[in-house]
Amino acid sequence: MTSAAEPSGRTRRRFAGVPYFLLLPGMLWLAVFFVVPMVFLLSQSLQTGTLETGYQLTFHFATYTDALSDFSHQFLRSFEYAFLATVLALLIGYPLAYAIALKAGRWKPVLLVMVVAPFFTSFLLRTLAWQTILNSDGLVVSFFRSTHLISLTRALGWTNGDQLLNSPLAVVTGLTYNFLPFMTLPLFASLDRLDPRLLEAAGDLYATPLTAFRRVTLPMSMPGVVAGTLLTFIPAAGDFINSQLLGNPKTAMIGQVIQGYFLRINDYPTAAALSFALMLTILVLVSVYVRRSGTEELV
Amino acid sequence: MPESVPGSSGDLQLSSLTKRFGPFTAVDNLDLTIAQGSFFALLGPSGCGKTTTLRMIAGLEQPTVGQIRIGGQDITFDKPYRRPVNTVFQSYALFPHLNVWENVAFGLKRRRAEQVDKQVAEVLELTELEGLARRKPGQLSGGQQQRVALARAIVNKPAVLLLDEPLGALDLKLRRQMQVELKRIQTEVGLTFVHVTHDQEEAMTMADTIAVMNAGRIEQLGAPAELYENPATTFAANFLGQSNLIRATVRQRQPDAATVALPTGTVRVPAGRLPAGVDEVWVGVRPEKISVYADTGAAAHGEATGAAGPNRIDGAVVTDASFMGVSTQYLVRTPWQQELTVFEQNRDGSGIHRPGDRVSLTFAAEHTFALDAGQDAEAGIELDSEVVG
Repeated sequence: MTSAAEPSGRTRRRFAGVPYFLLLPGMLWLAVFFVVPMVFLLSQSLQTGTLETGYQLTFHFATYTDALSDFSHQFLRSFEYAFLATVLALLIGYPLAYAIALKAGRWKPVLLVMVVAPFFTSFLLRTLAWQTILNSDGLVVSFFRSTHLISLTRALGWTNGDQLLNSPLAVVTGLTYNFLPFMTLPLFASLDRLDPRLLEAAGDLYATPLTAFRRVTLPMSMPGVVAGTLLTFIPAAGDFINSQLLGNPKTAMIGQVIQGYFLRINDYPTAAALSFALMLTILVLVSVYVRRSGTEELV
Repeated sequence: MPESVPGSSGDLQLSSLTKRFGPFTAVDNLDLTIAQGSFFALLGPSGCGKTTTLRMIAGLEQPTVGQIRIGGQDITFDKPYRRPVNTVFQSYALFPHLNVWENVAFGLKRRRAEQVDKQVAEVLELTELEGLARRKPGQLSGGQQQRVALARAIVNKPAVLLLDEPLGALDLKLRRQMQVELKRIQTEVGLTFVHVTHDQEEAMTMADTIAVMNAGRIEQLGAPAELYENPATTFAANFLGQSNLIRATVRQRQPDAATVALPTGTVRVPAGRLPAGVDEVWVGVRPEKISVYADTGAAAHGEATGAAGPNRIDGAVVTDASFMGVSTQYLVRTPWQQELTVFEQNRDGSGIHRPGDRVSLTFAAEHTFALDAGQDAEAGIELDSEVVG
């Protein structure tokens, strides 16, 4: 017995390192492309100096407080716009995903391709297209003017004058549009897995269709809601294209500021500090959100 | 409002119920009354329309024609959530995000019932699930999930409880155990159970009344023993247990019995078990009703006993013998080259007949039945072993 067991024991020992070995490429990737840049960014944010004279690590934490107090508006606005875009994307994406998953029948693949289709053109081009859609002699603007919706949005401060472009409304619209597929696809995935027999069972147990949705469909699609909102909110909060192309200086988001400080002003420490602060804030918000929504309980 | 107070309801009545899917008729002009408090089984092969019938009663399918009434009240077009009917689904369809307690309380809460805690606790006790109330369905075994599905339905005390192949997903041993359990629970709560199954043994074990369904119609309706002993069609004879069917011609009708000619020899069939007005028949006998004897001068013996003795077939040869402990299953070839199945109880421990042995078969006249030969003798064979969807 013992002699027979020995070889297998030795084999196990010999291959004990294999899982770690297989982890190596992934770990290496993370180290080179995530940890190193992170450390670099953190160190950059604590340096002082100029591009001409070079930077020294001086642990100058004041860069953080200065940057955050100077750009607190842009910072808060980023989260406000990202939040609005996420809510809008959820309101549009949920019925869309629901219809594709449960009602589309044989049109399901076609509709799915249509959801993904915008990715075939570049993000920048799609945002530029919105400039055309919303510009001052477009159909959308004339509709807003003829229905006097424009005075409502102006009164609410969403638009300026009788324009739609270069306004908070345009920026949030652009963000919603650009990140809608990120919302729709995870929602579709979780709704598609929903067993329609569960809805029959709910109906059999005296639940009206509305109650069945509230008690069965919605809770069971929560993993999709959480994934979709995260995939929308996180990139939207750091976005700088939409506010730049569709907004005005008063709609500037933090991504625009960071871009400006890195590429135009060449003040690397401030840009790095803002980036780092943005990341930390998102990380905190996301952890609170995920814990609150309790998705780990949903299998 | 769905407030059909338990006890105030009555019989379930289906009148000329028909369901067509395009050109296919799944349920064909069904008329059926199921008495309140009975355990009723709809038995048939897959595709016979039994599940469609059940889904129409539950409100999950709209009948093409016909009416469904419970206690005289027409519910044909009521929404499922307005019917005093609950279903135990074949797949159980338990809510995976809710625990056992929440699953069971689901129906009560939707109806804003009072004393939900107490009612749920009672049903969990009845179904022996007390310790599992906080578990999620994913953490339960198949048998436990089955009991949750049952508890979730009976807690609402529906006028009619529908069971759609409820034991289909369980292994044989657990299924036998749950059959006894289901019957106990039905007796205890006194609800009307309508049980759909393709398993004839399951139907016979549990039901008071069985309707044998085939191709959208009811072939025969009756108590299990009556159906088994006195099948009305070849389908019923073959689907419910096994039957030996022998082609025969009626020779002589007498008030109490008729003499029927087999390919060789004659047998007697009780008059009540003979279809009226047809002379070409299938003579049927169940395998366990036949006794096998070693053939010793058969012809002379047969003459001696005369018409008053049991029916007998002489000059047969054993072609296969499988000893199964409690019984022995024989395949016996008759002089006209037909193979008959015989189950002989291992009662006295005497030796078994070997393949090649020449034997005589005897069976009592009152265990012999006859069916119209216009039907297919193979109808209903092997259908119950088909995989159900």
